[in-house]
Amino acid sequence: MKNSVITLALAGSLASALATIAAPAAHAQEKEKCYGVAMKGQNDCAAGPGTTCAGTSKVDYQKNAWKLVPAGTCEKMKTPGGFGSLKQGPAPT
Amino acid sequence: MSMLTQAGFAAALRDGASPTPRGLAAWNGPRPDRRFAVYRNNVAIGLRQALASRYPATERIVGEAFFAAMADAYVVEHPPRSPVLLAYGEDFAAFVAGFEPARELAYLPDVARLEAARGRAYHAADVIPLEPAKLAGIAPDLLGATTLLPHPSMSVLRSPHPVVTIWAMNAGEAEPEPILDWNGEDALVVRPRMTVEVHRLGPGGATFLTTLAQGATLGEAMLAAAADDDNFDLAANLALVLASGAFTAIRSPGGHHD
Repeated sequence: MKNSVITLALAGSLASALATIAAPAAHAQEKEKCYGVAMKGQNDCAAGPGTTCAGTSKVDYQKNAWKLVPAGTCEKMKTPGGFGSLKQGPAPT
Repeated sequence: MSMLTQAGFAAALRDGASPTPRGLAAWNGPRPDRRFAVYRNNVAIGLRQALASRYPATERIVGEAFFAAMADAYVVEHPPRSPVLLAYGEDFAAFVAGFEPARELAYLPDVARLEAARGRAYHAADVIPLEPAKLAGIAPDLLGATTLLPHPSMSVLRSPHPVVTIWAMNAGEAEPEPILDWNGEDALVVRPRMTVEVHRLGPGGATFLTTLAQGATLGEAMLAAAADDDNFDLAANLALVLASGAFTAIRSPGGHHD
């Protein structure tokens, strides 16, 4: 195939590809770290399952333990300890 | 402990029928047999659980009891080489492929390979994916010679079995139901942000992404994919390249490495 044909194919396809991903659905699945909403022992960990930090929170809604939640929902979650927070809170006393 | 004692200790850990290694002392008596048996049991269960947490769909397909027996057989043959358990079981799929009782489940090793790839993606470095606008900003006549940098978490799996569908149905991503079209499926595994994602690839997609990830130009990857499969859809695959986050940067616009 000639270079000019490749160029045409790529440029045309890229244009339609960009149009496809411009739809907002692409980011619908995005998650965010949410502090203070996980039940005792149900927190997530950046290092992954099987490592020492996942599932180690000692109390319900621990302020310095986080859970992955759908993006945009964290600060709307109401718990007995207040709303969820995108920022890490203090350790339980 | 001397090297000899250590070797004896390790050998006795792996084989449940072997006697307690010599040179042990226990806090609760002169005979450490029971304490050692407890320790040996903890090691075996810990490794089995590490495998189960890395291969949950595989476990769901064969059931807990079958998986536990298969894992125990693996643990005996493949003791950990590192104290870091997150990489343990990397070659579990190869073991499953040779595990006689699982031979009827021809697709099982590929399900395990997909789960292994998900584990690697989970622990790969965090890198922000390529912004689509950056590729859109390249002059059209330089596109064919452009190369992209793959995301550290990305990998491609090819399978003669519907591995993505089987995995999804056993990982809670899709409702389990009979698979009517038993066709091979290729998968892209990538963790663009916080979550590991599995994409089912279209015809030629695996060749396109693998060739690109190896450093070939967009033009070369396009020709390789089209040669691999007549039904290769360039626009759909470019959309996947940009939307999946499988690439992080433009390595060289127009073929000049920077």
